[in-house]
Parts: sequence; structure tokens; C-alpha cells
Amino acid sequence: MIFANPAFADAFARLPDYLSQHVLVSLTALALGLAISFPLSLYAVRRPHLRAVLLAVASIVQTIPGLALLALFYPLLLGIASLTAKYLGFDFSALGFLPSVLALALYSMLPVIRNTITGIDGVDPALLRAARGVGMTERQSLFMVELPLAMPVIMAGVRTAAVWVIGTATLATPIGQTSLGNYIFSGLQTQNIVFVLFGCVAAALLALTVDLLLSLMERGAARRQRAPIVAGLAGIALVVALSLAPSLNAQRSGYIVGAKPFSEQYILAALIAQRLEANGLSARRRDGLGSSVILDALAANDIDAYVDYTGTIWANAMKRGDIRPRQETLAEVAAWLKRERGIVLAGALGFENAYALAMKRSEAERLGVKTLADLAAHAPRLTIAGDYEFFGRPEWAAIRDAYGLNFKAQRSMQAEFMYPAVGNEVDVVSAYTSDGRIAQYDLVVVEDPKGVIPPYDAVLLVAPKRAGDAALFAALKPLIGAIDVELMRAANLRANKGELPEQVARWLTERSAGKSGAQLPPDERGK
Amino acid sequence: MAVMAPIISFEHVSKIYGSGGRPALDDVTLAIAPGTFVAIVGQSGSGKSTLLGTINRLIDPSAGIVRFEGDDIRDLDAIALRRRIGYVFQDVGLFPHMTLAENIAITPRLLGWDAPRRDRRADELLDLVQLPPADYRNRFPAELSGGQRQRVGVARALAASPHVVLMDEPFGALDLRTRDALSRDYRKLHDALGLTTVMITHDVIEAVLLADRIAVIHDGRIAAFGTPRELMDGAQNADVHALMDMPRRQAERLAALIAESGT
Repeated sequence: MIFANPAFADAFARLPDYLSQHVLVSLTALALGLAISFPLSLYAVRRPHLRAVLLAVASIVQTIPGLALLALFYPLLLGIASLTAKYLGFDFSALGFLPSVLALALYSMLPVIRNTITGIDGVDPALLRAARGVGMTERQSLFMVELPLAMPVIMAGVRTAAVWVIGTATLATPIGQTSLGNYIFSGLQTQNIVFVLFGCVAAALLALTVDLLLSLMERGAARRQRAPIVAGLAGIALVVALSLAPSLNAQRSGYIVGAKPFSEQYILAALIAQRLEANGLSARRRDGLGSSVILDALAANDIDAYVDYTGTIWANAMKRGDIRPRQETLAEVAAWLKRERGIVLAGALGFENAYALAMKRSEAERLGVKTLADLAAHAPRLTIAGDYEFFGRPEWAAIRDAYGLNFKAQRSMQAEFMYPAVGNEVDVVSAYTSDGRIAQYDLVVVEDPKGVIPPYDAVLLVAPKRAGDAALFAALKPLIGAIDVELMRAANLRANKGELPEQVARWLTERSAGKSGAQLPPDERGK
Repeated sequence: MAVMAPIISFEHVSKIYGSGGRPALDDVTLAIAPGTFVAIVGQSGSGKSTLLGTINRLIDPSAGIVRFEGDDIRDLDAIALRRRIGYVFQDVGLFPHMTLAENIAITPRLLGWDAPRRDRRADELLDLVQLPPADYRNRFPAELSGGQRQRVGVARALAASPHVVLMDEPFGALDLRTRDALSRDYRKLHDALGLTTVMITHDVIEAVLLADRIAVIHDGRIAAFGTPRELMDGAQNADVHALMDMPRRQAERLAALIAESGT
């Protein structure tokens, strides 16, 4: 049944790209990790202080969650890249492959270091005496006796490292490295369970295959047989060749469209890619980039275009705490991006994805609530629910204080449970204005006449190096002002119900035809 | 018999492990003539392993001089010295990841011999210790019995044609018959190859039956040094007398039994 699912065919179509990237990044990381940790362990094994330090450092690295370690490498490399650009005159991409390889290599070191050291420690002291007695130097004893005897233990460490790295590589997606994690990240966001399972199973199968091949080599090492070692190496070479073959032919040029890890972003990235292709430009997508990473990636020309929100840039990048009207915000953001980062703001799409409070349409009508001021009068008898982030955000503090909102009760819950609960356990919920579930659950967004909530216009951003690219801007122009909030909600709802981002994007193109080329949206708040 | 310059000599050698404490070797002076088979006898902890280890610089003495072929061994490179001296280990110490041929030819390999020469040498030595090379050269130590392993251990010690072989309780872990066969075979090799052998044993009977000279060591000191006959006859001191009393009693008892069965 699952095989008949169109999502399965879609997942399968992406496999060559995702798998080859995954294999490339994990095996490079593993090779680098081995190349560092193995000689380091050999050097440290007879130096008690150094080895204690080495083991401690490796253990500490291991306690850092994989996701955090990967995320840490991006700003680190970005800093280094800007230094090399300044002083050495060259720049490199801090996104994707490099930070992933470095972080994963670091991650692979502990099992290799630990097993190399324990393996060598575990060699029978009688054999060490014999090695000295027959006239070996310390070095000869290490390479002729201790290492060969420790090899099975060392190989076990390499196997552990390989499985860890292949598993953790799925977390490289948010820093821009395509991997099998793309299935998992996009699947979780678009509620595409087929994708999630596909990604998990593919990563597990890859890990098992490599583990099996390495165990073959381990057995060969233990029994001193050449055949299993050769077979294991050949198998790994085959895995690499098979997974890399498709990507060698693949187009590496063209525009790269980025997306943050949630379904609206996937739809918009697909939409942009389709627009480019319709204009004869080739486009690739880099989905699931972390919010903190994606703007830097654009500024560094690692991606060419993506959609961000004015409020996000206002607060996170510009560090602004004040609230300006929608048009003014848009203009200031555009000017700031151009001045500070060289990024071109091509235009607003026409909808906002802002924070808001929402409630059941019927309930709002019964109570006569249209604005947050109306809501404040009823608040003491109502319960509000927010996602885990909401009550800690400045937006909540701003509307609470501006309108004197004082609810009977306040609960934090997962978004998935929050919407079905509206009208039953809770009366008012936090929401994103373009969320498809507003339409799905027949909610209304309570208006903010004082303009306390910062505007979050969806804006199309283009990388500095594409600033003069007329073909690109011509292709993107029809998207400007083409999507209003109802249309985006409807599109998001389709994605929530299991349509693929590409399908939804095609639907959006049909529906938005004719609206294209409109000017910046009028300021609905009248400011 | 002409007096020959000793091949190994100890001059007032002492060894103290760590700081202070009882010395493992206490002012040992001893000279070993070339071609001699010397057994060092003593209880565990008497210092016999330390004495052996000072000969090829596995252990450096705290005081005194050890000479090898007349040279102060402190002037010799320790690694090169060890490659010139055969060593048979108590626990055999064959490298489990190497074939018998590779184990035997390890010191030649360290000396830079080429592979064909090493292979020929390994085969010669397997022959010498009565393990048919065709059957044994490619086997691994784990496939052998204890006695066979120690034969390989002896072959390995002889591989680089040393003049001196050191043996640290080489046959201690073997059953009596294997031990008897192996020790007699080794004595023949010693004579045939003109070796000088220094062997540690705690078995006085083995020492008496095999060695040309026995050094009795007690609390780090040489309590006696002489031929088996000298030690059996003369009671230089009470400890030596007690030690030699056992083989004497056993020999008398056996002689009596043989005499009885003869009549």
C-alpha cells in the first residue's frame, strides 16, 4: 500500500541525490576523523598526561548533541572565512559540506581514540617483553606487535564511529548539507510520514551496510586473512562508487534556492524553483536550512534566493526592538540588507506570516471580538494556549501589555494538539497568520489595531552576486505581490493534508496567475 | 684447559628497584667462560631474573659493571646488543599474529635480512628443533602444543646465530616428559653450536643434569658458583647444602632402586 503512495515515488526520485551526498559527507568525515585520531592516539598512548587530556576532550565532544555540534561549526567557519578573506584574500563556503565534515569528523574521534588506546593497552605484557627481548625498538614493537594485535579492537572502534557518523549526518541538513536527513526534516515538517520513514530506513540500511563491510575487514584483521579485508575494502569502494555515480552526472551549476525547515518554506522554494525552470534557468533546492544559518548563507552566496520574513530580520539580524508600520519596516529591512549584507530584497510576496492570536470564528462572533482590545474585555473568563516558544517571545509581552490581556489560564502545548483544542479546552491560541490550520479549524485572527505585533511580510531575497542578474529578476517578478494570506493559508492547508510541496507550488502558480506583478501590498493597518 | 677470557662477566653489580628497599642484586661478581652452560638457581624473588636481564640491558644495574665479550655493556647500543643475544622467554612469547617462520625470523628481519634468506633460515631452524618445515612454517602459534611452542621459542632465539643464549625458566611450564626431551635436545644444540647459555631455573635437578656450572643465588647474592659436582660435594654454606641435599637424596634412592632391580 505504501508503495502506491505518490510520496514514495517522490522519495525514491530524490534518493540518488540525497544518498550520494550522505555517503560523500559521512565517508569524508570518517576518513578525516581516522586520519586525525589514529595517529594522535598512537602518539598519546605512551604519554599518560596527553592521553588523559585527549580522552577527556573526546568524551566532552561526545556529550555535545550532534545537532548542536553541527550548528556550532557554521558560525565558526563563517568567522574564519571572513578572516581569510580579509587577510589572505580568499574566501570559502562555510555552509554545507565543510562544517558538516568537520563536525562529524570530530564526532567520530572518541570511539577511534578510545579503542586504539584500550586495544594497545590490552596487548599481553609478555609479548611486549618478548618484543624488547628480540631487539625491537619501541616503534617496531608498536607497529609490528602492538598495532596488529590491537587491530580487532581498533576496527571495532572504527565501526562504532562509522555508524555514529552515518546516523548523525542526517542532522547536517539544517546547516545546508544535503543528506538523507532531508527526508526526515522535510517529512516531519510537512507531516509526510513516508518521507520520515524513508529517510530513517535509508540511513539505517547505509549504516548497516558499512558496518557489515567493516566487520568483514575486522574479521580479516583478527584472523590475518587478506581476502575479507580486500572484500570489505572493495565493498566500501563499491558503495561509494554506486552512490556517487549519479551525482557526477548531475548538474552542479544553476541557481540554488534555500528553504527553512517548515512546510510553507518548502512550498515557496518549490515555487521559486518552478518559476526559474519555466524561464529556462536551472535550479536546485537546499531545503531545511536553519533560520540562523540561512541569511548568512545568502549573504555568503552559498544560496541564491529564498523567502524570509521582515519581522525575523528586523529582530534577529537588525536587533531592532521597536515596532514600525508594515511598509516602513519593509523599506528599512530592504535598505539594511542592501547596505550591510549586499542582499537584494526583490519584493514582498503579498502575505504576512506573523504571530497572532486566533479563536473559533463562531466564538468570536458570539462574543463580538474583532480586535485584541475587544478580547481584553473577555480575557478573564478565557483560557489561552501557546506553543512552547510563544509565552517567552517579545510579541506576547508586547500585546499583553499594550491591551492589558489577563487570561483566566495560560497553557503551553504542542501545536499539533493546540488547534484541535480550540473551542474545547482552550479559547484562544497563538498562531501564525499564514498557517493553513486557521482555515482548517475555522478560526479567525484577532486584529491588532495598535500595531503592536511586528510585521512579518514574506520577502523574496536574492544573493549579492546575483544583484545584477536580469534573467533571474525577470523570472522572479511574477511572484511579487502574487500571494495573499488566504491563498497561502489554503496552500499550507494542502501541504498539511499530505500534498507534496511541488504539487502545492503548481497549484499556487495556477491560482496566483493574473495577480502577478502587483506592487507592494497596501498597508492593511493604515499606518 | 687454557684460561679463556670470560664472555660475560659481572663486576660488583647491584640493583635496587625504586628508592631504597632490599636490593634485588647485591654486589654480584661472576665470570662466565665461553661455551659454558650456566644454570642460575634460586627461589622466586632471589634476584635471578634481574641478573639475567642485566646481560642484554633489559634491566640496567644500579651499580657495577656488566661486560659482554669484554665490553662494558653501557657502551653498547641496547637494541643492537639484544639482537646479538638469543633469549628464550618463560612464557615463550611467540607473536600470535605471525606464522612460525615469521616468529623465528623476527630478529633477522630486524637486522635487515631479505625475505628469501629469512625463509631459508626459518626452515633450517625448524629442522634443528625437529619440526618439519613443510608442515610447520606457515602455522600459527595457537595451533601448537606447549612443547612445540617452546621448540619454536628456542629456534627464534637461535635465528640470528648468537653466541650467547639467555633462557628464563624455559621449560618450567611443560610436562615432565616433554621437558626432559626438550632440555636434552637443547643441550645437544648448545654443544653442537658452541653456544654459551645462561639458564634460570628453580629446579635444582634440572640444573644438575644440564648445566656445566651452577650459580646459586640467594637474597640477591651469589651463594655459590661451581660445577654440579663441586656443589654436591662441598657444603660452602648451609643454604647451598640444603638446596643440593634434595638431588643427592633422590639420586641415592634411585641408585638403590636400580641396584635392587639389577639383582
